[in-house]
Amino acid sequence: MTMPFYVPPEQLVKDRADFARKGISRGRPIAVLQIDDGVLMIGENSSPSLRKIGEIYDRIAFAGVGRFNEFETLRVAGVRYADLKGFSYARSDVTGRGLANAYSQTLGQIFSHEVKPYEVDIIVAEVGATREDDSLFRIGFDGTLRTAEGVAVLGAEEDEITEELLGARTDGMGLDNAIIAACSAIRSASDHDIGDAEWEAGFLERGADRRSFRRVSRDEINAARNG
Amino acid sequence: MTGTEFGPLRVGETIPDSSFLSVLTHRGLQPRWEAGSSTRPEVPEATTVLALTWSDGVVMAGDRRATAGNVIAHRRVRKVYAADDHSAVAISGTAGMAVELIKLFQTELEHYEKIEGTRLSLDGKANYLARMVRGNLTLAFQGLVVIPLFCGYDDAMGRGRLFTFDVVGGQYDEIHYATTGSGGQEARSFLKSAWREDLDRQTAIEMAIEALVAAAEEDAATGGPDVRRRIYPNILTVTTDGVAELDDDALAPLVDTVLGRRP
Repeated sequence: MTMPFYVPPEQLVKDRADFARKGISRGRPIAVLQIDDGVLMIGENSSPSLRKIGEIYDRIAFAGVGRFNEFETLRVAGVRYADLKGFSYARSDVTGRGLANAYSQTLGQIFSHEVKPYEVDIIVAEVGATREDDSLFRIGFDGTLRTAEGVAVLGAEEDEITEELLGARTDGMGLDNAIIAACSAIRSASDHDIGDAEWEAGFLERGADRRSFRRVSRDEINAARNG
Repeated sequence: MTGTEFGPLRVGETIPDSSFLSVLTHRGLQPRWEAGSSTRPEVPEATTVLALTWSDGVVMAGDRRATAGNVIAHRRVRKVYAADDHSAVAISGTAGMAVELIKLFQTELEHYEKIEGTRLSLDGKANYLARMVRGNLTLAFQGLVVIPLFCGYDDAMGRGRLFTFDVVGGQYDEIHYATTGSGGQEARSFLKSAWREDLDRQTAIEMAIEALVAAAEEDAATGGPDVRRRIYPNILTVTTDGVAELDDDALAPLVDTVLGRRP
């Protein structure tokens, strides 16, 4: 009879975390910015059809970096969760906090029980009636749930971009200026050129009647940047 | 195997399509009404709804009455709804089931759009609605019928479109106007003589109100405008700019005009 080698749990967790981190750190960054008019999510994305930013529910949006199939699976599960909850109860009962908790538990269980952890980092953003009512939740590959204030960045060169954006952000900043600031922060941290057609953005508009999420088109992004 | 349940989320659930109803069915949560005996329960019925096209879009209207037998069950029922930003749906038949059907249809359109990243085509939406009506066939034979009316603006064709349905899920593309419900026959007769090409928005809305008034005059289950209580028909318009609803303040003068010219 063969005995499995004893691997201390610390080592097991560390190996899994290193594995996931390696995958995520290669991911093209996405920046999330809270401004007076709402919450902007913007990132580098060379594909016009595979999206990293998406609508979940009335006031809630999702962004993910890492492996596409894994965060897409999470996004779809989130849409099902939100639609089912809104259908069974009421639209106002679907909250960003509830969804972020669900993602956190799910990722935590996948991290410890599955053959390999998900190589993803995700953000759940919720726009409120005022800026104080907004929430940004970051959920890591191991289920770690953190809240962020004002700015949150996923993917490569996360710290550098965050620092630059925190410095660039001003009160009363409009959507155009937020786009300019985010693009320039992402671009200056990047080790390669990012073409005009390689951006993807979504915006949660404050004060919208019901569904607040809209996609910001590439033309709109470029108009802001060259405007 | 139905995907793995990790915490409150189900990851990798094998849903065959991008449908919300499929998610409900997969989890055994789909709306169900099981009428065991053959006796039909006395439940509120919502009746007359109609839609007609004008040069730039479609107007959809519904009266506000629900009846249970000879009793007026509700005076302020809503039978006309925005299905999404670009289409509208109205219902006649068993009120409770119809309202649930509409809620499901609205969720369905939004769900598809979010999962797929693109909106369903107008024909796709109409087909889906037909499938939902067909799913209700067993109950329809017991008298619990729900018949919708669906309309939207088809950007590809550059005009408003109407769809009618029957209990077996038959779906019919109408061109000028359509009605359903107990007062539908009367409303259709009115529209048949009144409708013409190149209507403008205002005339189309007034025509919709007048068709409901005409129906209410002949059909006890259809409620006409109640000016004293300020109960006006629900009226939605669908154009290339999307769905818009007329509020009571906008409706009041139109209803006065229409009632003033009735014989």
